[in-house]
Amino acid sequence: MNLNVIWFILIGVLFIGYAILDGFDLGVGAWHLFVKKDEERRILFNAIGPFWDGNEVWLVTGGGALFAAFPEAYATVFSGFYIPFMLLLCALIFRAVAIEFRSKQPMRWWRQMWDVSFSVGSIVSSLLVGVALGNLIYGVPLAADHEFAGTFLGMLHPYALLIGITTLALFMMHGALYVVLKTEGPLQEKFRGWANNGIIFFVICYGTATMATLIYVPRMAASMKEYPALFGVALLNMLAIANIPREIHDREDFKAFLSSCAAVAALLALFGLGVYPHLVLSNPHPENSLTIWNAASSTHTLRIMGVIALLGVPVVLAYTSSIHWIFRGKVKLGKSSY
Amino acid sequence: MTALTLARLQFAFTISFHYIYPPLSIGLGLILVIMEGLYLKTNNVLYHQMTRFWVRIFGLIFAIGVATGVVMEFEFGTNWATYSRYVGDVFGSALASEGIFAFFLESGFLAILLFGWDKVPRGVHFLSTVLVALGAHFSAVWITVANSWMQTPSGYHIVGDGLKTRAEITSFWAMVFSPSSLDRLLHVYVAAWATGAWLVISVSSYYLLKKRHLDFAKASLKVGLAVAFVSTVGNILTGDISAKGVARNQPEKLAAMEGVFEPNAPADVHLFGWVRAGEERVIGVKAPVAGLLSWLVHGDRMAPVPGLKSFPADDRPPVNIVFQAYHGMVAVGFLLFGLTLAGLFFLWRGTLAEQKGWLWIFVFAVLGPQIANQLGWITAEVGRQPWIVYKLLRTSAALSKTVQANTILSSLIMFTLIYLLLFTVFIYLLDHKIRQGPEDDDLSPEKAPARILDLLKGPRA
Repeated sequence: MNLNVIWFILIGVLFIGYAILDGFDLGVGAWHLFVKKDEERRILFNAIGPFWDGNEVWLVTGGGALFAAFPEAYATVFSGFYIPFMLLLCALIFRAVAIEFRSKQPMRWWRQMWDVSFSVGSIVSSLLVGVALGNLIYGVPLAADHEFAGTFLGMLHPYALLIGITTLALFMMHGALYVVLKTEGPLQEKFRGWANNGIIFFVICYGTATMATLIYVPRMAASMKEYPALFGVALLNMLAIANIPREIHDREDFKAFLSSCAAVAALLALFGLGVYPHLVLSNPHPENSLTIWNAASSTHTLRIMGVIALLGVPVVLAYTSSIHWIFRGKVKLGKSSY
Repeated sequence: MTALTLARLQFAFTISFHYIYPPLSIGLGLILVIMEGLYLKTNNVLYHQMTRFWVRIFGLIFAIGVATGVVMEFEFGTNWATYSRYVGDVFGSALASEGIFAFFLESGFLAILLFGWDKVPRGVHFLSTVLVALGAHFSAVWITVANSWMQTPSGYHIVGDGLKTRAEITSFWAMVFSPSSLDRLLHVYVAAWATGAWLVISVSSYYLLKKRHLDFAKASLKVGLAVAFVSTVGNILTGDISAKGVARNQPEKLAAMEGVFEPNAPADVHLFGWVRAGEERVIGVKAPVAGLLSWLVHGDRMAPVPGLKSFPADDRPPVNIVFQAYHGMVAVGFLLFGLTLAGLFFLWRGTLAEQKGWLWIFVFAVLGPQIANQLGWITAEVGRQPWIVYKLLRTSAALSKTVQANTILSSLIMFTLIYLLLFTVFIYLLDHKIRQGPEDDDLSPEKAPARILDLLKGPRA
């Protein structure tokens, strides 16, 4: 297989990793203010406590890999999406420090302040990631020199907003399932109910977004028309989503969460199949689009990066899963807890 | 102000703020390895208490380091898109390696370092501490490699023309080991160790002055001073090596550091001074040895050092900023060396706890390495101007084409406000933790699984 294609897939894998992992802690953040008791909020923080910064590294590494493998796309997207990305940074900073700062003082106002920044930061981050994704699906105006030629307000069209809300819904479902997995007692029961609401919210958004995509961006289905076998991914996605309520009902919480992970991965795979071979689609002038061919680094760099990924990624996966294994089971508040 | 000035200000501000934290995690990481290693070796619970206390401080520092670090990676693309297009093929692989080899390691094992005390055997916890410290050290490798390539590009060739010009890698290892990378990496390491060591010394001195946690303070102080000694001596040695490298690789920068203008004469060292760049001269006090700079660089007091007059005016860096930053860094470096010797002397005499005056100086000396770190980077980065990639790409040509000045101004204001808030909260919490001090129940470590195989048992109740 060609190196450019391999790197398209690898970066896809990194962003899927990010969505699955940071997706659950962003989702937990979105629910955070619905929980009222201090002790329960602490349990939520400690459920994601050991993992949130490792999860965010997937975004950093995905961004770095995009920079290295497709510098033209990195430069166009990051400079073009300047304002949404600055807002995203702001939201990510607030939610990150809130996790660390909150537990350090017992005052009510102090904790409430960081609870709000954590929750609002999580919601805004999820929405912005979704809006950016929506724009990449719909296409953004690019000039002949590959520079972004649109405006910030131009990015907030209904389709992009719909994808933004769908992403929030997806993360909320995913986060609720994670909390069910990591807690017990009344808090778990509460989240079991909310997980069901989350599933309904997501399925409605997902249905609407799929319809909107087929009507307004039919090109997203072109690859499936050409290679019907790829419809399998869409089918897998549907089955994974449908399986979640079943597992929740059977109290198979781990399987429910795994199904949700599969759904996140399949959704992003659908996105990748739809846009391939484009990285940034130009709309209206499709001839200005950035593809995996015209935005890529040299073959030499792609090969070097391939070796780096081959050496690094298996090791990362091995110790990341061992760490999740060590922290398996229900959250208990102890003396080193937040 | 122009978009260029604002973008440079924003980068300078966000990177300076970020760089308060990584040297602390590198230095404190090393110190945690030493403390926990001592605990494992001696079984003395005092070392357990020390490790626990400094781990809590480490967690606080790490969180802000992560939060402000993500900003840096975004900024290359948001503000410096033309630069990113130009260097992506070379610079990007170093940045991605940092993610894969350093950040994952650091953040993954941090979970065990912070929360795993009762979940894993002591040896595994110690291993995690070592891996977190290693991760912090690896991250310095890749970012210093990337920056050194901007100082002394190597292992690349230029392809394309006009807007499509870019640097492409020809040899990965030549890029990694560019002429300046090893020298600068060592200098970054010892400076980071000093940063961590002086935090430990400062807090311990404070406890000694307040007559609190005396055993804890004395033991911490010993570890801190030992690391400080290695790193302050190391700073002088690696600083010398780095400066010789600058003389070889970036003669304009060396000329600016010492305010040398004469094109081809033996050069002196100024102890301090003020550069009148317009008049091409320095007002100040010279070191009493004539030709000291020539001697330091070439080992010969009569050897000529090319001054700024040998370079076209628009290829010269802003001289006075570089001169002041460099002299400030060196002054602080020697000051810290002197303080370390004083500390070790009183420690040897066994009278350190009674030296009130010195202890107060130690409390505030925590700022020393921080100031030197900032001044060192100002020397390195301003000294490279007007280039963003030395002799290849000018800073003025590297800006994003699509971003407006007022947009950059708004984000600069946003970062200023957020960072002021973060810094205030950070200082407040640090102060609070220091006042709270080490916890007594850390003297009785909680029960941890004894063997690695215990990890394989089913989920704990």
